[in-house]
Amino acid sequence: MLAKTLPEIGGMGHPIKRKEDLRFIQGKGNYIDDVQLPGMIYGHMVRSPYAHARITAIRTEEAKKLPGVLAVITGEDLAKANLAWMPTLFHDKQMVLATGKVLFQSQEVAFVVAEDRYTAADAADLVEIDYEELPVLIDPHKSQDSDAPILREDREEKSNLIFHWEVGDRAATDQAMKSAPVTAKVNAFFPRCHPAPLETCGCVIDFNSATGKLTAWITSQAPHAHRTVFALVAGLPEQNIRVISPDIGGGFGNKVPVYPGYVCAAVAALTVGRPVKWIETRSENLQSTGFARDYHMEAELAADKEGRLKALRVKTLADHGAFNAAAQPTKFPAGLFSICTGSYDFSSAFCEVDGVYTNKAPGGIAYRCSFRVTEAAYLIERAMDVLAQELKLDPVELRRKNFIPPEKFPYSSPLGWSYDSGNYQGALDLALERIGYNDLRKEQAEKRERGELMGIGISSFTEIVGAGPSHTFDILGLKMFDSAELRVHPTGKAIMRMGTKSQGQGHETTYAQIVAQELGIPAADVAIEEGDTDTAPYGLGTYASRSTPTSGAAAALAARKVREKARKIAAHLLEVSEEDLEWEPGKFSVKGAPGKSKTIQEIAFAAYTNFPQGMEPGLEAVHYYDPPNLTFPFGTYIAVVDIDKGTGEVKVRRFVAVDDCGNIINPMIVEGQVHGGLTEGLAIAFMQEISYDESGNIQGGTFMDYLVPTAVETPHWETGHTCTPSPHHPFGAKGVGESPNVGSPAAFVNAVVDALSHLGVKHIDMPLSPWKIWQILKDKGVTQ
Amino acid sequence: MIPKAFDYCRPKTLPEAISLLQQHGDAAKILSGGESLIPMMKMRLAQPEYLIDINQISGLEYIKEEDGYLKIGALTREADLEASDLIRSKYPLILDTAFSIADPQVRNLATVGGNLAHGDPANDHPATMLALNAEVVATGPNGERSIPIKEFFVSLFTTALQPNEILTEIRIPAPPAKSGGAYFKLERKVGDFATVGVAAQVAVDAKGVCQQAGIGLTNAGGTPIKAEKAEEFLRGKPLDDGNISQAASLAADDAHPSSDLRGPAEYKISMVRELTKRALTKAVNRASQER
Repeated sequence: MLAKTLPEIGGMGHPIKRKEDLRFIQGKGNYIDDVQLPGMIYGHMVRSPYAHARITAIRTEEAKKLPGVLAVITGEDLAKANLAWMPTLFHDKQMVLATGKVLFQSQEVAFVVAEDRYTAADAADLVEIDYEELPVLIDPHKSQDSDAPILREDREEKSNLIFHWEVGDRAATDQAMKSAPVTAKVNAFFPRCHPAPLETCGCVIDFNSATGKLTAWITSQAPHAHRTVFALVAGLPEQNIRVISPDIGGGFGNKVPVYPGYVCAAVAALTVGRPVKWIETRSENLQSTGFARDYHMEAELAADKEGRLKALRVKTLADHGAFNAAAQPTKFPAGLFSICTGSYDFSSAFCEVDGVYTNKAPGGIAYRCSFRVTEAAYLIERAMDVLAQELKLDPVELRRKNFIPPEKFPYSSPLGWSYDSGNYQGALDLALERIGYNDLRKEQAEKRERGELMGIGISSFTEIVGAGPSHTFDILGLKMFDSAELRVHPTGKAIMRMGTKSQGQGHETTYAQIVAQELGIPAADVAIEEGDTDTAPYGLGTYASRSTPTSGAAAALAARKVREKARKIAAHLLEVSEEDLEWEPGKFSVKGAPGKSKTIQEIAFAAYTNFPQGMEPGLEAVHYYDPPNLTFPFGTYIAVVDIDKGTGEVKVRRFVAVDDCGNIINPMIVEGQVHGGLTEGLAIAFMQEISYDESGNIQGGTFMDYLVPTAVETPHWETGHTCTPSPHHPFGAKGVGESPNVGSPAAFVNAVVDALSHLGVKHIDMPLSPWKIWQILKDKGVTQ
Repeated sequence: MIPKAFDYCRPKTLPEAISLLQQHGDAAKILSGGESLIPMMKMRLAQPEYLIDINQISGLEYIKEEDGYLKIGALTREADLEASDLIRSKYPLILDTAFSIADPQVRNLATVGGNLAHGDPANDHPATMLALNAEVVATGPNGERSIPIKEFFVSLFTTALQPNEILTEIRIPAPPAKSGGAYFKLERKVGDFATVGVAAQVAVDAKGVCQQAGIGLTNAGGTPIKAEKAEEFLRGKPLDDGNISQAASLAADDAHPSSDLRGPAEYKISMVRELTKRALTKAVNRASQER
């Protein structure tokens, strides 16, 4: 454990209140839609009602006639500037505005620009588009059929297959599967869901024709990367582009991609010559921007009769929609899905993934998860329960038997990862103790006697976060380092600018606490700035629980550089040699002469007023951190559920979440992160799905049907921690924001299946809606 | 989420509002709480040219017993029902219903009259008023007329109100001694429309034999449904589990819901049966506790 600073310093481990909340709770945040510029005009997107159709004509005359309308931009207009298509973040391209045909319902077809939002919306209704409907491909399982329509006519390859990817040892795994005395298999679909951030996506784009400077306020989780994309796509000099991410109301991966609306607004700003604002509606956000998951997975486990695991074989079909707009910077088409061996020690494993196109919105993004980790964790934790059922073993016992033991770390997984540290048994034991596992099993047995349905679900997940080491990651060639630039002012206060961008994670507080820990400057005295590419150091942004593992590390290392310079100044001021000084947070003292010391504030003043001859004045440092490895947080979650036999409703009675994210910066923020992620996990498990009917119409494209839980649906979360520091991170931290979303869906589903396991139920696909449970109860003769 | 342009009128009196309706006819919509209308306008599903805001008209917000009726003014907010001592002590079915509507913020504005006049079978008060055999008072150029609730719901989003009429009052016959009611709503989350909902109201005699029974179904068909076969079956019978169960099956027979994301029709029909059982059982309990 790290030495704890005094509360007034507020270094690591102090649950200090979030500095940014003062402005948020007073309504004084500055979000995209708060940005107002003189002469600003508004854009509105015209979208396709069809999932697959040829565009035979677009007539914009009537719309243009409406007073107040300034421009109507179509795909043909963009094509003239070579902007009708743009690159996605994963080796594909996507239409900005449709030319020739549309490939999903709600696809962007034209962009109307007007003096105000109302006129823009009215004019959008006046754009007339003739469509000729084409056969629709919705079921990804049919994408390879000989009679399947080929969706992407622009590609040389006339196939709906985007990629086939494999990892691991196929032959050894097949052999192990064949010779194993016990096998278990589960087909698990992780439905298409959407992060649905509170603030939808949007932008304000301003082009100054005198200076040639384009300023873009964008809801961006990665402002620097977006600037580089703008420079590459639009051919503008990068120094003339300034991307500003102001306050952002939630991202969860949804605000990583570059969306057509941003490009259209930029084109409109350039052509009309006035600043353009474009803000998505809620439905537009749900229907057209980055979705998550949509993985059709199959896992097979091989074990001996005692339940010791031998092999894992995984086959997955990934539905990417119309374009492979996967917002993920790994070198692998399925991201980090190969973490699917989870917390268990396998001798062999093999995993293959086919990615395909369908007539659905493009994606997917990593919704509060590091690129397909949620899918992987769900699959292995679900498969473990199916195997336990097969072996008639308690799921706890099966997990205990197969955990990677603490002494095996760093652990090399058969699918190529090097796990940094772990103590899975410790987290499981604490969770079992907290929930009172043995008593619950007794209660369950009694309830079963009485015909009541109660279940207990366990998920002992392993995460992989902190993208990422440059051998495994890049985003359009950019390596996934991150940065911090720390400047201590003469009065001992400081400002630190970061390459990341908070969307609610509390960066202004946690980064300040890292500086407080390293330099003893009170966290309250450290201002944090992010999101302005003209002032912040280059970085890759915030997603994938990477801020603490990367920029957090950079912050600590920049602070240590400052400390080393401070030592030199202190030696000068105290007229001793550097070796004679010892450090405690906030001051250097002369060894053996207590009282003879200089505080960091005194040293800071001297850095500008009384620095040693020959020394560069000032007190600041920059650090760019390329992480040597990812971090591997983990935990055990246990859910207890009761099922209403009459209605099929599931009530989550209790939920214990034990997380291990190494050393914690701010326990209160971590707890808040866990609460939020668990609530999202609950929603995914029980309520949410974006599905499509046979014609490609979106079901669940509004909040009427895409359900976001309220406090009423949310159970009381009981949280706890074990602490296994990361050995390679400067202060032993791991990411945590995503763990609850990654780990919890399996706990919920395992609990519900456990409640029904005595009826022979082995698996139920999410979302576990009441009617689905009722249908099973009816089929099993348990209800009318 | 940007509505089409509309004209906004804010009459101060009922006759003024009615004359605006006469003037604009079908092009006008009455705005009371606006909790259904405004979202529909923002999604451009409703595009009225004139919005007649009746919130400035005084004398339409009241809850009182008079002439053997409970009278509720059309502009009475759901939150007023929740706070009313009269409702809390004597009308558990109405209290249950008010509590089950959306969330507190919505209930602060949403009105009982609007909930009925919108003609949406997914709204909650229609079933309740069907179970309570209410009457709806419509005021038009020729004065007031009373419409039995059974005749009020014509088809989806269409009621027996004429284009020049405003719903002004709801009248509920005061329940006899030993009455009780309950509303059960199955919803996917708070604020959702009901997957189905069941309102039940009963009156029993000293021996527990059913004197009156009213059952209304929410979101179980194209209009709110009065489960009359079940009501008739129960009258004169002891309200034991067997009879309740049989009545529940009869209520389910009257349901003809369609399949959607809330579940297949088969599930919803079964839920009408299940919730009818629960609502009747609770209503009977409440009735027997009454003196």
